[in-house]
Formats: sequence, C-alpha cells, structure tokens
Amino acid sequence: MATRIQFENSSDIVQTFIPLFESELGDVIPIVHTSIGGTRIIGRLTAGNRHGLLVPSTTTDQELQHLRNALPDAVAIQRVEERLSALGNVIACNDYVALVHPDVDRETEEIIADVLKVEVFRQTIADNVLVGSYCAITNQGGLVHPKTSIQDQDELSSLLQIPLVAGTVNRGSDVIGAGLVVNDWCAFTGLETTATEIGVIEATFKLQEHNSTAVIGEMRDSLIDNWA
Amino acid sequence: MEFVPAPPVHRVLCADCGTPIVPNSANLCVACLRNTVDITEGIPKQASVSFCRNCERFLAPPQAWVLAKPESSELLALCLKKLKGLPKVRLTEAHFIWTEPHSKRLRVSLTIQKEVLTNTILEQTFEIEYLVQHGQCPDCAKLAAKNTWKALVQVRQKKDTISVKEVKDGLDFFYSSRSHAIKMVEFLAGVVPVRSKSSEQLLSSDTHTGTANFKYTYSVEIMPVCKDDLVCIPPKQARQLGNINPLTVCSRVGNSLQLLDPATLQTCEITSTIYWRNPFDALATVTDLVEFTVLDVEPDSGRSRGKYVLADAQVALAGAFRSGAAQDDDDAMDYESAGYTNQIFHTRTHLGGILQPGDTVLGYFLTHANYNSDDFATLSSDRVPDIMLVKKTYPNRRKKNKSRNWKLRSIGKEAGEEGETGSGRGVVGRLGGRDQKKVEQDYELFLRDLEEDPEMRSAVNLYKADVDMKAAAAAEAKKGPRKPQFAMDVDETIPTRPEDGEEEEEEADFPEIQLDELLEGFDELTLGDGEGDTSEAT
Repeated sequence: MATRIQFENSSDIVQTFIPLFESELGDVIPIVHTSIGGTRIIGRLTAGNRHGLLVPSTTTDQELQHLRNALPDAVAIQRVEERLSALGNVIACNDYVALVHPDVDRETEEIIADVLKVEVFRQTIADNVLVGSYCAITNQGGLVHPKTSIQDQDELSSLLQIPLVAGTVNRGSDVIGAGLVVNDWCAFTGLETTATEIGVIEATFKLQEHNSTAVIGEMRDSLIDNWA
Repeated sequence: MEFVPAPPVHRVLCADCGTPIVPNSANLCVACLRNTVDITEGIPKQASVSFCRNCERFLAPPQAWVLAKPESSELLALCLKKLKGLPKVRLTEAHFIWTEPHSKRLRVSLTIQKEVLTNTILEQTFEIEYLVQHGQCPDCAKLAAKNTWKALVQVRQKKDTISVKEVKDGLDFFYSSRSHAIKMVEFLAGVVPVRSKSSEQLLSSDTHTGTANFKYTYSVEIMPVCKDDLVCIPPKQARQLGNINPLTVCSRVGNSLQLLDPATLQTCEITSTIYWRNPFDALATVTDLVEFTVLDVEPDSGRSRGKYVLADAQVALAGAFRSGAAQDDDDAMDYESAGYTNQIFHTRTHLGGILQPGDTVLGYFLTHANYNSDDFATLSSDRVPDIMLVKKTYPNRRKKNKSRNWKLRSIGKEAGEEGETGSGRGVVGRLGGRDQKKVEQDYELFLRDLEEDPEMRSAVNLYKADVDMKAAAAAEAKKGPRKPQFAMDVDETIPTRPEDGEEEEEEADFPEIQLDELLEGFDELTLGDGEGDTSEAT
C-alpha cells in the first residue's frame, strides 16, 4: 500500500506528516514525536532499522533520552560523532545490509555495523555519493536513481541481495530518499507522484498483495525460525 | 560459437504515461513533457502587419515604413519583431511558408528552444499566421490629400530675372518638415542678403486635444542687386557710407553687399539690414554690358586696393576696328549708326592690374544709356563718366566651343535628363525650360562667372567631368589612325585642342580652374545632399 502525502506544500516528505502516519500506522506501530538537534527534519538526520537507530552528533541529551525512553529495549540507539551529520542522506539500509557514503569515518562504519547489525558497503548510486538520498531499500526490494546503469544495478543488487529497480518519485524527481518513506508493507510518497510511479514502487517493494498482518506473520515465522 | 547478448538498454518508465524511456533530467517522455509545458506560451499565434497599398511598404513599429519584398529577411525581421514573447525563448530557426499573395496572409514557421523544469531544454516548431492589413501610410495619405509639404520656402529676387522662373521671380522649395525649411532660410541668409517673413496656415485643429496642424511658408526675398551691376545709391545714403560716389559697381555679394567706385577705388559694405531699411535697385545689369577694346592703360601702381589697381584707360567700342563685313552683331550696328564707333573714350578703372592694351573689357556705356532712376537723375552730369569698365572678358577664348573639365551638381535633377542637355541645369533648366535658349545662355554666364572669380568658386563644389573626358577621348579616337596615341593620354586632350586652322592667340591670363580644385565622384553622390549648389539657383 502506498499513500501520497504532502508536507507544507512540498512533496519531499523529509519529515513525517504526523496525523496521516498516525491514521495509517497508529494501530500497528507506535509513533514517537521528537526533534533532532532542535530541527524537524528527522528522516534526513537519522538512520535505522529493526535493530537500532543512529542519531547525529547534534542530537541533544534530552532528545536522546526521550528516544531511549520511547523505543523498545531491543532497539539500540547510538549517537554518532560523524562529520557528515545528515545520516539519512549518507546511509541507506535495510535489516541486513547498508550502503554508505564513501567518505564516512571508519569508526562510523564500525558503529553502523555494530548498532544496525548490518553489512556495510561504501558505494555510490549513479555517481552520487549521497546514497541515502538517491535510493530507498527495504528487505523486499529497492528503488534507485533513474540514471543508475544496468551494470551498477546488478552490482548493487548482488551486494544487497534484493531486486533493484531504477525509478522516480514525485513526477520525475530523482531524489528518491526525499520523496519516499517505505517499510516492508507500506510506502508514503509525495503528493505529485504519478500512478505509474506508484505502480513501480508497489511492484518494487512488493506492497501489492501484502498487508501488515501478513508481513507480521511472516516476520514472526522467521523470528521463530531464528530462535528455534 | 558463443552467444553474446547485446548490453541491455537502460530504461525507466516515464513518470506520466509509463512508457519505457531513456532517463532524462525530467524523467518524462517528450510527449508528456510537451503536454505539461507549452514553451510557446506567451507567444501569440496570430499577429498582424500593416501594409501600405500605394507605396507597398510595411510598417516597422513604431513609425517607420520600410520596403520589404515578400519572403525577404527584412520582412521576416519585421514579423518577428511583432511577437511579444519571443525574447523570452531562444529562436533557432524561422522561415516563411509560401502563401498566395492575395490571401493577405503571411505564415512563418518558428523553431524555439526553452528551458523547462531544471536543465531540460525543449525544442518546438510552430507556425504563426500574420494578417496583412492593407492601409495607407501617412506619406501616401498626405499625397492623396494633396497635402505633400509641411513647409515652403519661397525665394524671390524682385528684378528682371530672365529665366529662373519656376514661379514668377523665383523658386519655391518644398519641405516635408519645418526644420528643414528653416535650415534652408538660414542657409540663404548666410550666403546672400535676404529679407524673410514667415507665415503659417492652419490646416486642421483638434479642439479636444488642443493640437493643430499647420503649414508654414517662408517668404525669402533676395536683394535684387547682383555682382557687376551698376548701382546708384540714394545720395543721402552715399554720404553716410563714407561720402562715396553714388554711382558704383557692385563688386561682391556675400551676406552683405560690397560696392566699389571704380574711379577712386573707394568701397563700402551694405549689410542686409541697412539695405532693407532703404532699398534701391540696380541701374543696369550684366546684360547691359558692352564690349570695349583697350587701347592703352596707364596703371597708377601707387593707388591700389587689394587686387584693384587704379588706372587711366583709353578704350574704344569693340567693333570699332573691324571691317564692315564682320559686323553682324546687332548691338555693334546700333552704336555704329549712332556714330560712336570711331570714338576713343578716356576713363578711370579699377582693373589696372589685369588690363593690357588689346584686351577686351566689358563696361557700362553711360553716355549711351538712359536710366529711369530719380537718384541717377539728381546726379550732376560731371560726376557721371562716359563709360564704366566692370570686368575683363575673353572673347577669343569663349568663341571656341570648348568643353569644360568640370561641372556642377544641381538639386532636383532627374537621372534621364543629363544626357539631353549635356550638363546639369537642374532646377533652372528643367522647370524654367520654356525658353531653353535663354536658360542655356544664363547658365553659361554663371559658369563663366564661376571660372573668373575664385572667391565665388570657393562657395561652390566643382566636380570633375568624367563623362565629357571620355566623350572627347572617343571623338579623338574616331579621328582615325592619324594620331592613335591620343586615345591613350586622355587627360591632356581636353583643355585646348588646336584644330580647324582658325585658332587665335591664347589669352595668357585666362583663369583656368586647376584640377586640384575639382572634386571626384560626381555620379556617386546622391541627389539632394548638395545644399551648397542651391546658391547657383539665385
């Protein structure tokens, strides 16, 4: 399921549009209201997955404590002393792998691997270093910058072990990270996104025949598998 | 053999229609891009151009009317100027699409480029239809309303102008703008003593806007006294002017009048203001001059003024020493019958510097004349000399019908006319053409004056007469194999050509115009810009 939303007249949904998210997800996922370093652009400044959440060095102690209290104990939270502080732009990750900006510190790379429990690859997408901005990946699939060549797609796909599709959001915009928020069963895109693009997104992230219960069931199966 | 698959072509779906396309900066297919943004927006698809059906010119806004052929680049430029939104896009190509002239339509195909979204340049070709609105340009409207001129300068010289008769006593110059007419009046005032009066005629007025349409007329009256005229100034005025002898000869006409008493070399300047306060007329003019032969001259070199040298001269009438058979001249016959032929006259003259015994000189024959002038009548007879010599002449030289190596340009001369008369009479020849012979004579006199007076020449542009040279060269060449080399050195053949056996001795001091005084390019100059030439029309 993909939903079009708009934030303050802009289709780049860098910050969550809270009431709509609450109405769509509220009954499944608790929604935490917070700021990062006093700003509202949470999505671009943080990166995280099932295992953990990375926040930039600008995050205040108070915000960090608030997030700590709100998140379940199973989810680690870590403040990263990284020069490239917009972590959402420099890290693209799912629950297993992460693509990062080629210039991030070695320490940061280790923190990413430890906290998010992922394999970390320094990569570019269509010669763009901001991997988090120009792609969106989930455990099901990934949407990458439209100019990513077939060879690059193949290489990334073999790294991530998920199918990748080159595409656009917001009627031809190639800044996918800004126009799309997606998890394993639900996606939110900018208001300008056309039907064609939604079709591509739904196909890529396998959102069509899934609903939240089915996914949760599947996840539970895998968890049970893991623990068993 | 191994199968090598072709490298898969990288495609994304067009965001709007879902067609696989090569990704571009907008990530839309061209058709969708065209549908969303119209780069021709703001450019009118229809426009109109004004066309004058009489003169077949197009209106180039705001005011100019230009000649433009169909499908010419000028017309295209004019059409493109009409489009308001065009400067905002990049025009890459424009051309006419043929239309039937009677359709009163012009169709122009344009190709434009414009940046849309970001970094996406879209190109589009489209057509614009122009409606050709037939109308009348202001010039043609004026012509149609028989209202062609805005200002008129009427130049008059109230004397017996013999042949300059476009209108009685003068010329009319028509101008389309008032300032041009004023310029002409100012020019005339700078060259000759004039009196001018301006008047205006109301053509139309608009009481709502308070504008009025006038026609301006400048009446310019030129002093009737010419160079070499015999003048008798009123005695009262003569006393004011340094007590000069009232009977004088006009020696120069500039923007003031210079009078000379040949007997004393006394001169006086009469400015136009002084003249018009108390105008006087010439007693006798150039046509009344009589030829005399100089028998003896005794120059008094102690009394000279400028180029004038006072001299005592003995002269006789030019026909006095000819045999009776040679006398076919009317004037000479008159004098002969009156018994003056054998008489020798003593006179004082200002021409002492240039006269030699045997020369021919022109002068006024006062004893023989009868003038209707009160001022002249009041003069005591002892102050009136028998004759008054005015200028030296060169009859021998003149007799030869030789061509001049220079010519003049005239205003108002049309192209076809030059060949007919052989030289440029211009306004005078064309419009006063009723009496062609007199016109020619008058013009010849003017040319002689010009030749003999360097001062007068300085105000007039003389041009090299190439055409005549060529004609002479051709004539020379035609004369056959006798002198084939003459055809080669054209330059020297012109001035003197001794032939026919009847040549006479050359007058040594004949005033030849030097070649370096002449200007090149007679034919190249366009008509109408030689205002200096207008002086000859007076």
